[in-house]
Amino acid sequence: MDRPATGEIENLEPRTSLLREHWTVFRRDKPALASLFFLVFLLAVAILGKALTEWIVVFDPRTVRLAEKFKPPLSEVSADVNHSADAPPFGVYLLGTDELGRDVFARMLEGTFVSLTVGFVAVGISVAVGILLGGLAGFYGRTRLLFLTVDTLIMRFVDIMLCFPTFFLILTVVALLPPNIYNIMIVIGLTSWMGTARFVRAEFLTLREQDFVAAARSQAIPEWRIIFLHMAPNAIAPVLVSATIGVATAILTESSLSFLGFGVQPPDATWGNILADGKNFIFDAPWLTFIPGFTILFVVLAFNLCGEGLRETFNPKLRRRR
Amino acid sequence: MTAFILRNIGQRIVLLLFISIISHAIVHLAPGEPSLVDPANPRMKPEDIARIRAAFHLDEPLHTQYLYWMRDLFSGDLRSFKDSQPVLRKIWERFLNSLALFLISSLITWCVAFPVGIQAALKRGSLYDRSGTVLAYSMISIPGFFLSYICIIFIVKTFNVPVIGMRTFGLEGADILFRSMDRVWHLTIPALMSAVAGVAVLSRYVRSQMLEVLDQDYIRTARAKGLSQDVVVYRHALRNALLPFITMFGLLIPGLIGGSVIFETIFAWPGMGRLGYEAILSRDFPVILTLNFISAVLVLIGTLISDILYAAADPRIKF
Repeated sequence: MDRPATGEIENLEPRTSLLREHWTVFRRDKPALASLFFLVFLLAVAILGKALTEWIVVFDPRTVRLAEKFKPPLSEVSADVNHSADAPPFGVYLLGTDELGRDVFARMLEGTFVSLTVGFVAVGISVAVGILLGGLAGFYGRTRLLFLTVDTLIMRFVDIMLCFPTFFLILTVVALLPPNIYNIMIVIGLTSWMGTARFVRAEFLTLREQDFVAAARSQAIPEWRIIFLHMAPNAIAPVLVSATIGVATAILTESSLSFLGFGVQPPDATWGNILADGKNFIFDAPWLTFIPGFTILFVVLAFNLCGEGLRETFNPKLRRRR
Repeated sequence: MTAFILRNIGQRIVLLLFISIISHAIVHLAPGEPSLVDPANPRMKPEDIARIRAAFHLDEPLHTQYLYWMRDLFSGDLRSFKDSQPVLRKIWERFLNSLALFLISSLITWCVAFPVGIQAALKRGSLYDRSGTVLAYSMISIPGFFLSYICIIFIVKTFNVPVIGMRTFGLEGADILFRSMDRVWHLTIPALMSAVAGVAVLSRYVRSQMLEVLDQDYIRTARAKGLSQDVVVYRHALRNALLPFITMFGLLIPGLIGGSVIFETIFAWPGMGRLGYEAILSRDFPVILTLNFISAVLVLIGTLISDILYAAADPRIKF
């Protein structure tokens, strides 16, 4: 790299934008890149699946065909017992049928949307709470309320939340509340924001002293704008990493809850409850266990690898080493 | 040092007070009460429900109930709603069962993760390292109960040994050797399954710590002196890489309750996690609250121990 003369510094622009630079680093991590493509594909499948299962009758995951239960994957529809309008697409049960004769392929399609929704909404809640509390603690850290600083107050609360056994707490609340999908998302979200809050606070402590914040203050920009529009975007890197891994954790938590019978309730299908129901028939119909099991494995793996890739991308120390 | 420890203990007691208040509020404010578990039971008359509610102080205001709970907890005569057994004795019995499982599984975690992680760091980029990485991420990503079911089926089909429960039913009169082998089987598989995720996480962590240390100048110096590979790795590098793990010893303790619900349910292991699960199902508030309280105490003790160990092990840390 040749150094520009001092006179040129004024109109010197960075050669590549920050985003492009991150992308170059991220692209070198092959597993992470593959995971990213897989996740984009999955997102498309989820939206497509939602549309198909909602509007097209042959994909209806709730069609019960008792005569056709426990058909292994790729088995043909027996034409004599089925009305042709009810038959699955192409006349083949791609992934078999379950104990009520429902098409597992249609159920998995529906489950893709529901499972990803649970993951994303739960993480959305946890990120929102984390940025809010972490931002307040970092920005107003020195302000005193009575005899405690805001920072002490919020970070002690984080410590308190970290002391709860998370899964046990989720289980308690979910079991006591009426079982529905929104409660599960909210509870998972509200018990997982502590890491985000800590990261954001740490970033804010350094950002608070920087010139652009002083410049923004000097223009009398309202403080909430400074916090959320000026500072938060600069603190987003660690949040993005923990959010990506958080989606994976949320999907796993939902499947564990389903295993204990407190997950998303039927007729809504998620990978977790298809797996939890399928395990009762593991000897008669192993595909009911293995299909959702391996789906969860691969999707969660993709989220984890993608998160690790992002972590390396945002880590300046690792970037230099490569 | 003493002042540091005392100050830490003081802070933690204040935290514990808030935790107990919050958990009490969560459990009592959530809908669902012990008297509502079986609403269809025709023998439950309104006056019975009223009597139950009075006996459990459920009609008192929330803060009075909290004081009752605290008083009973510390005087030791807190009783379960379900069967009127003393809560602490119930938990103590289950605690011993959980402890056995927990000790074995921690032992497996630490004994496997360290060699695997160190080897992966030494052979960085090799086939072993890369397949280890893939395997570790898969183990983190697989639902624990899915893996356990596959494992149970494999064990039962291949070795023909039952692994559910604490012992095989009907073996009470058997030979002592036979019985102890049975116990080992019943203990090892659940411990192994709950150790899997821990091994994956810890071995990755060991690897990255070792990589960091192996890059340091003093390792190059040690190699330049002509020391053998083993001395460099195990005496110079490993000792310095170990520092963060000292703190993890303390952080292990809360795993006793939190992570065990799923595995104790799969393997029908009568431990604390399962006790909590059963208590939640029957809205047994004293047991739920006390388990929550105990696990918060365990977390706080764990972080205290790790703080102290860290301060004792690292001379750079000052009070």
